[in-house]
Amino acid sequence: MKKKQIKDLIISFIAALVIYGLIMFLMSAGVVDYYWSGILIMACINVILATSLNLASGYLGQLTLGHAGFMSVGAYTSALCSLYLHLPFLLSLLIGAIAACLIGILIGIPTLRLKGDYLCIITLAFNEIIRVIMLNLSITNGAKGLMGFQAMNIDFSVYFISAVITIYVIYCVVKSRHGRAIISICEDETASELSGIPTSYYKILAFAISAFFAGVAGGLYAQYMGMLVPSTFDYNKSVEILVMVVLGGLGNLKGSIIAAIVMTILPEYLRAFADYRMLLYAVVLIAAMIIKEKNLGPRIKSKFFKNKTVEVDD
Amino acid sequence: MEFLTQIINGLSTGGMYALVAIGYTMVYGIAKMINFAHGEIIMVGAYLAYVMTSIVKVPIIVSVLVAIAGCALLGVVTEKVAYKPLRNSGSLAVLITAIGVSYLLQNLFLILFGSAARTFPQFMPSGTVSLFGAHITYVALLSLVLTFICTGLLLLFINKTKLGKAMRAVSEDRGAAELMGINVNTTISLTFAIGSGLGAIAGIIYGMSYSLINPYLGAMLGIKAFIAAVLGGIGSIQGAMVGGLIIGVAEAFTISYISSAFSDAVVFGILIFILLVKPAGLFGQNMREKV
Repeated sequence: MKKKQIKDLIISFIAALVIYGLIMFLMSAGVVDYYWSGILIMACINVILATSLNLASGYLGQLTLGHAGFMSVGAYTSALCSLYLHLPFLLSLLIGAIAACLIGILIGIPTLRLKGDYLCIITLAFNEIIRVIMLNLSITNGAKGLMGFQAMNIDFSVYFISAVITIYVIYCVVKSRHGRAIISICEDETASELSGIPTSYYKILAFAISAFFAGVAGGLYAQYMGMLVPSTFDYNKSVEILVMVVLGGLGNLKGSIIAAIVMTILPEYLRAFADYRMLLYAVVLIAAMIIKEKNLGPRIKSKFFKNKTVEVDD
Repeated sequence: MEFLTQIINGLSTGGMYALVAIGYTMVYGIAKMINFAHGEIIMVGAYLAYVMTSIVKVPIIVSVLVAIAGCALLGVVTEKVAYKPLRNSGSLAVLITAIGVSYLLQNLFLILFGSAARTFPQFMPSGTVSLFGAHITYVALLSLVLTFICTGLLLLFINKTKLGKAMRAVSEDRGAAELMGINVNTTISLTFAIGSGLGAIAGIIYGMSYSLINPYLGAMLGIKAFIAAVLGGIGSIQGAMVGGLIIGVAEAFTISYISSAFSDAVVFGILIFILLVKPAGLFGQNMREKV
């Protein structure tokens, strides 16, 4: 590893520790109440989802809309392990993640031959099929939902540490030799294949890692919610995760983390608008995409802050 | 004659899917984007017809025309406002914007009309005709007939008129078409208008067959119709029609012989199967990747 990377890592770890300490202090001081600590937990789960999807969609460049499906596999597997096998929480979390990873490989092998919109729609189809299966299996208790698997002694630290580990692992993967191979596939698949990179292997590897962490997020979600209903994991959830990744920037881990946190906390502030919340969300989504793609950001900035001249390249 | 009844029922639902699928296939052929908001256009069409008939109380034919014109206009406006700025961006940006438009329309109608289902006015006398011992509702018959008429007219338009030729040219090569003096913007607008107008007809058929409409009706309908378009081969209008009918029949059979719970899964299963076996679809042409 280069010196700069090590420096970056150390700074990030210190930052994570400081944030963790701050949140724990605020929690014990009672500033962050039960409601807000729940939102912080959801933020951690969303960070895991967004960073792991970024590996598949951002770094590998494969547009997928099935992340919620992997999440539900992880969630149900870990919940069922706790409920029927009485395994400790961390072990069932791991089994759930491995199950999601296996499903990811199983789906990835046939589908990753497709590209772009077709891959997007086929992953959406798998997501919906997983949901229908969860809805109709008797062991998952169908639409009534699965309950009674929560472990009691799990607090915010577990979620936070899981998020940090996920970010660290994905950072390491991206910065490694394998990560460079994955990025090269995103840049130009044909060229990287000609350079001797086994593209299918790396595509499935990235997909599997991505699914693994989606499974972790699912297991954590199950633990936090204490109740699982298949309709939570429909394609709208996948879209939500993809939106975090896109707004944060494809192939940008910091962006994914920030976008995931903002997109978790922002809706809570929009609660005041009640009915108009989703309408506003849709408008913001469209506007954000157009501004981002047309690179209107600097132009708008220069319009409102006339004294600061901003270079705009057309 | 349970079997025959199921086939006809399936074909009439399939006809509705086909009308929506044609919209998808035309837009994908020309703009190279999955118009995720297309399902919501259908919902808007159903609501427009409902408002015109039940609230404004105009004759049925007027409300149908208003619904078609309104949806065509909506299609053109969404293209101009949301998709045109992103025409040269990656498919991801366009996809997310389309999803945004879909959320926008869905929530707008949720605020305007509430989440409770509304009763769609009766456009046709309810009753059945007997055909070879199978009982077919008038609505099912109408849906089938309308599908064939619309597809026929559209094929004539695309293959025989100058505007249709322009559409084919733009979908084949946008840059070259522009160099030949074809107005690409107008052609794309026209495509959205026709696709959305057909969507309005599908929305009205939906209202007539299920007699209840809600703001969420477009979401699943849209996805299934897109699957029909992929099954038939994206870009092919005949393909979209055949795909829609196949999806409709497959769904009807699953509901009556297996379980209604699995009807969605079977439709998605068909999609996965076709994408893995013949990604170009039944009527599509294989595109060879050039380096």
